[in-house]
Amino acid sequence: MTVIAIDGLVKSFGAVRALDELNLQVEAGEVHGFLGPNGSGKSTTIRVLLGLLRGDAGKVRLLDGDPWRDAVTLHRRLAYVPGDVNLWPNLSGGEAIDLFGALRGGLDERRRDELLERFDLDPTKKCRAYSKGNRQKVAIVAAFASDVELYVLDEPTSGLDPLMEAVFQEEVRRLTGNGATVLLSSHVLAEVEALCDRVSIIRAGRTVESGSLSELRHLARTTVTVETVRPLTGVAELPGVHEVQAVDGRVRLEVEPEHLDALLAHLIRFEVRALVSAPPTLEELFLRHYDGADDGRAVAVSGAEQAQ
Amino acid sequence: MSAFTGTGRLARLVLRRDRIKLGAWLLGMPLLGFALTGSVIEFYPDEAARLSYADTALTSVVARAFNGPIFNAELGSIVVAEAYLTLTLLVAFVSTFAVVRHTRQNEETGRAELLGAAVVGRHALLTAPLLVVVAANVAAALLLGLAFAAAGLPLAGSLAAAGAVGGVGVAFTAVAAVAAQLTATSRGANALAAATVGVAFLLRAAGDVLGERDGLQLVSAWPSWLSPLGWGNQVRAFGAERWWVLGLPVVLLIGATLAAFGLARRRDLGAGLLSDRRGPARAATGLLSPSGLLWRLHRGSLVGWSVAVVVLGVSMGFAADEVNDVIAENPTAAELIAAMGGGVDDLVDAFLAAMLGMFALAIGAYVVQALLRTRADESGGVLEAVLATAVGRVRWLTTQVVGAVLGAAVLVLLAGLATGLGYGLAAGDPGRYALELGGAGLLLLPALLVVAGLVTALLGLVPRWSVSLSWAVLIGLLLLGQLGAVLDLPQAVLNLSPYTHVPAVPAVEATTLPLVLLVAVAGALLAAGLAGFRRRDVPS
Repeated sequence: MTVIAIDGLVKSFGAVRALDELNLQVEAGEVHGFLGPNGSGKSTTIRVLLGLLRGDAGKVRLLDGDPWRDAVTLHRRLAYVPGDVNLWPNLSGGEAIDLFGALRGGLDERRRDELLERFDLDPTKKCRAYSKGNRQKVAIVAAFASDVELYVLDEPTSGLDPLMEAVFQEEVRRLTGNGATVLLSSHVLAEVEALCDRVSIIRAGRTVESGSLSELRHLARTTVTVETVRPLTGVAELPGVHEVQAVDGRVRLEVEPEHLDALLAHLIRFEVRALVSAPPTLEELFLRHYDGADDGRAVAVSGAEQAQ
Repeated sequence: MSAFTGTGRLARLVLRRDRIKLGAWLLGMPLLGFALTGSVIEFYPDEAARLSYADTALTSVVARAFNGPIFNAELGSIVVAEAYLTLTLLVAFVSTFAVVRHTRQNEETGRAELLGAAVVGRHALLTAPLLVVVAANVAAALLLGLAFAAAGLPLAGSLAAAGAVGGVGVAFTAVAAVAAQLTATSRGANALAAATVGVAFLLRAAGDVLGERDGLQLVSAWPSWLSPLGWGNQVRAFGAERWWVLGLPVVLLIGATLAAFGLARRRDLGAGLLSDRRGPARAATGLLSPSGLLWRLHRGSLVGWSVAVVVLGVSMGFAADEVNDVIAENPTAAELIAAMGGGVDDLVDAFLAAMLGMFALAIGAYVVQALLRTRADESGGVLEAVLATAVGRVRWLTTQVVGAVLGAAVLVLLAGLATGLGYGLAAGDPGRYALELGGAGLLLLPALLVVAGLVTALLGLVPRWSVSLSWAVLIGLLLLGQLGAVLDLPQAVLNLSPYTHVPAVPAVEATTLPLVLLVAVAGALLAAGLAGFRRRDVPS
């Protein structure tokens, strides 16, 4: 079953086209990574999915419903953690958690207490006294203690410490273990790599890549470093080989995965002494899309990225 | 780096953020002063009219309580008596809100942290807004003085009167500077400062009611000297001016600024001195719905308003009994009070109706601030997360409107009951008058419904402008209500205010038609607002 199906979604704010025919497909039971540079339209997409913003064009289906028209009924079946968690300053964290749970249609009390303990959150503090990380924990506990089909998480861990990040990952696995679907927008690539079955990368309001991590890797070049007894010649002319450089008697090059075989056959003739082949790291994969983003900003790929 | 490094830059930031508000203030005050003076000159053309005005102003407890003391029967004195309360309340609130907006609100939103991490001295974050607000008060006072003079009043008196108004602004700038240090929220700081304005009004009113008449001059009793609102009167503009009294707000400003610096040194950024208690680990069942949440968020402010309304209502009721005495002694005063209540026979009823009308205007501010919370929730708050739950938009906004209207109903009822009780205690038969005026209070509700409808329509249709437009409308209604008669505005303009259409019970018989029409207008506005809110982007 398809939980989220977005086809050609367009959303403009005045003259700015925030979403430009965006596509997104999320299947039931998967953790879907939703990635893109700041300002690329991730939060806008999520707000359209939640029926907060109305798309200008395109088709959006959520849990087999229309997110704008059926907002209230659909919201009973999903839980949302916003990128920028704002709470009622004079309510305690525990009150905020119970309130969100009740407004959503119910909360599993046992899970609530368990999550409070696991995330080490003091529910008696007033919300205004919480740090950013602790406000995020309030939203995470409130969402995860709800027994729903879909969890929409917008950079949920940007303020969490590494210990809490590990707890978060375990809890997300538990949700999917129970059959739930998760849409996870994140800049924490280790988190995405650890959790996501499939990812979609968007840039400037368009989907530029979508698929499983191994599919995405397959589309990218492998880096090969080789040391041979006899001087290596003729590699640059091989099909699918790029960026050949000689470094300290070794040769470093990039090769498209489908041409790896031909490359190896060529290398053997020069008596290989050492060979290192590295598939692209996730970071390299993303930087390919993040770099040269339209606004030209250098993009830091780190856990401290703020929600746009 | 000194404690004040960066003050100049920060002051420019304050000017940039507030350029429209400051412009409206600097332009609006002198225009208002000019128009008022013109109509007073027209209204009291000869010596006899002015003398009879002065006689009433000195005799009537009500006039003393609201208009303050006068010191002769000159035109300038009448202008001050008629305009002082409105002008000073305006500058007091504008100054307070401005100071809190640039101090405590900055801390609440985290802007102060960002600014404080730059090359900025410890005290610059507080000094910069104080400098701007004090400078704005001085400039507005200067322009107001020139406007008085341009309208035909003597220059020295004009400057003294305008200086008195500016002094009140400076004094409450000082009050707000301290209030912003004490509480952890900007709402709390504004409420604390507003409560101080209320106390200052009561002290001044008490001092002037208890004062001694000496010819055409009122010598206020000591409580007036405890109140920054009283200081302005004690300058005795257009009388024998006592310029040194203008130094009192300056002394208060210096003292309060030093105190605020001291308090700021003793606390952390973002924290108040009145520290946070812990809350319950679990929510009570009563909290777990939009209406439960609404009650929780608004009950504090509703209780505060209720106390203020009851205290003022009982005192006004007491004062009403004295209207009879004034009439017995002074037939010209009777004419004036009758004019105020629309020319009816029973002057006490006219007075009581006028008081209830003033309550209804003030309670309009309660409705506006309660409803505008939705906008605050939208532009930096929880609305997005709430609407992502199973709570629909229409249900959410309807809950807010119902809450604000119910709050207003409680307040107008209390205002009527308390005024009736006060009058009954003085004149006898408190039970009967409390019930009668309580009912009269409820008849004001349709006007407040229209205010609620208007704010809802703004929230739904022009969200970005809803905050400034709502307050602008409220100030407009206040000016129409308070100064409409003095300025002799055409009826078509007065008719724009819903308050013009509520029957002035108990002075006149209640009629159903205007009330039905008001409710219909309110319903149309509410429907438009809800429809807009349902259709638009959130946040937008």
